[in-house]
Amino acid sequence: MKKYKEVFNELKRAALIPFFVIGDPDFDTSLEIVKAAIDAGADILELGIAFSDPIADGPTIQKADVRAMGAGMDIGKAKDFISKIKAYKDIPIGLLMYYNLVYQYGTEKFFADFAKAGTNSVLIADLSIDDADEVYEPARKAGLDTVFMVTPNTETQRAKRIAEKCSGFIYTVSLLGVTGGRETLSDMVKPLITRLKSLTDVPVCVGFGVSKPEHAVDLAKAGADGVIIGSKIVKIIEENLDNKQNAPAKVAEFIGQVKQALKQA
Amino acid sequence: MKYDGRFGQFGGCYVPEVLIPALEEIEQAFYKYYKDENFVADLDALYREYAGRPTPLYYATRFSKLVGFKVYIKREDLLHGGAHKVNNCLGQGLLAKYMGKTKLIAETGAGQHGLATSMIGALLGMETKIFMGTVDIERQSVNVHKMKLCGAEVVPVEGGTATLKDAINEALRYWTANVTDTFYLFGTACGPHPYPTVVKYFQSCIGTEARAQCLEKIGKLPDIVTACVGGGSNAIGIFSAFYNDKDVKLVGVEPAGKGLDTGKHAAPLMAGSPGILHGTRMYLMQDEEGQILDTESISAGLDYPGVGPEHCLLKDSGRAEYVAVDDEAVLDIFDIFTKCEGILPALESSHALAWVYSQKGKLPADATVVVNLSGRGDKDVGIVEKHRPTRTKTQTNTD
Repeated sequence: MKKYKEVFNELKRAALIPFFVIGDPDFDTSLEIVKAAIDAGADILELGIAFSDPIADGPTIQKADVRAMGAGMDIGKAKDFISKIKAYKDIPIGLLMYYNLVYQYGTEKFFADFAKAGTNSVLIADLSIDDADEVYEPARKAGLDTVFMVTPNTETQRAKRIAEKCSGFIYTVSLLGVTGGRETLSDMVKPLITRLKSLTDVPVCVGFGVSKPEHAVDLAKAGADGVIIGSKIVKIIEENLDNKQNAPAKVAEFIGQVKQALKQA
Repeated sequence: MKYDGRFGQFGGCYVPEVLIPALEEIEQAFYKYYKDENFVADLDALYREYAGRPTPLYYATRFSKLVGFKVYIKREDLLHGGAHKVNNCLGQGLLAKYMGKTKLIAETGAGQHGLATSMIGALLGMETKIFMGTVDIERQSVNVHKMKLCGAEVVPVEGGTATLKDAINEALRYWTANVTDTFYLFGTACGPHPYPTVVKYFQSCIGTEARAQCLEKIGKLPDIVTACVGGGSNAIGIFSAFYNDKDVKLVGVEPAGKGLDTGKHAAPLMAGSPGILHGTRMYLMQDEEGQILDTESISAGLDYPGVGPEHCLLKDSGRAEYVAVDDEAVLDIFDIFTKCEGILPALESSHALAWVYSQKGKLPADATVVVNLSGRGDKDVGIVEKHRPTRTKTQTNTD
């Protein structure tokens, strides 16, 4: 199973990491979309399991959660989805989700079962480094890499503690706020990347608000090891709900553009 | 964080990283100021002269006669704004001011917390935004109007069931983008640390007063202290003074909505299981995978799938007992109590009164019960009329 480390070592440029809500707008279409994203050049996948109360997400991903749950998504199907993706291609997969779903499943069992299905890491949006003890050991025991978030308002000493707990990459939030595409990059992000790069060798992947090929290029130039694009891609799915079969090609087209831009950067 | 904010296995601070610095700042400020001479003096003056503390402990003569034992009412309904919410809002609002914050945000269900925050926003000259579900805006329109009159902006929230839970989601989202200059004035003894501790502290005046008033007025402590429990701030405020009085029974009353067996309720302590939402581990109404369930209660202020972490511990330790009463019993008691005493109880507080009424014939004549009447029911008259149109009409005709 491919590790994050291998991907970051192989790449001479920033990794392209698209985010999808598993099962949006339905299981089969979602599978086709993610496969198309892989074919278009995704280096790593970030996948979300829909939750009823996603407090870290803006309206675009909230709506995707509602669509996925409305189409019958559940934990068992999410696991199945990951297995199917891994059967299609051995690409690292990070889960991004909310704590209650992991907690109710049983933290140890969740990590073990999802590691087995082909997951590389589980990032819990509403669990900070202060409570890392509840997940760190179970994750390592299951063979998962660990990923935690750093935000522009995280103090340097704390960022250092967080980096020490991250074995996969640091999920670097570019701005103060929730997920959602923004017209321009936050002016907080470049200083944050510089700060993190001076603290640690753990790869720094940047997400939240990233929505254009030129954003990805700017972040790569600022030193980011990976660029995570979520809401912009989920928005493309939303825009094609009337013709779901077009969604995979439309998503692939956008990912292709970002990939091209990153290659030329 | 200096403390972990745990109440046994419950509580904690389960929030996205971006909110940690803001919560740390509140924790720090709270422990810096809560015993500070100037802060205590300022808050005390506001409690007395702005809010109207201390509130009386009133012996409900006719209602006592009706149920057959002694019922004392802690009159939080007499406070400025019409509910206990002002205690917490003055405390947190003053804290925000001492911290140099210029903007307040808050969530609200019934509108009482939104109103209290709006009042304090006006009082302290702070820009105020209130997040409120569109369903609650509809059913509590008078409070919405009052908030706007105080100069607050009321932000309608569409998501989910468009009630209190969704208002909290949206307030948290807004806060993540505005953490630097905005203070989130959380309304109940729930949410991430340090809120359960902070809110309990600012509400503990209810219990401290009630306990002293019992000793002075009755010459002894009561047998039972009871309060309604949604998030649980008024209950924790009155219970906490009696923790060490082992002979005083504490009874928290949750909303059974259409009935516990229908699933259409908001009683996580009675029918939920431990889970994590809005920054805390607590009893929660959820499905087997951990998705949060829709709740239902006639009282918007109790219509929430979780409950303060300290109540969860009080339940597990057995120090407090939790029960539930349904919407019908609440509507009945609203009518009965108002007829008896000429006091309109908020539908939230009516839950506690309904439980007291259910003890008719079960408690001895010398039993003494203190009920925290957390708010007044003026805001609920329209809802009661809607649910009991015939009765209201008939009574108007025969009165």
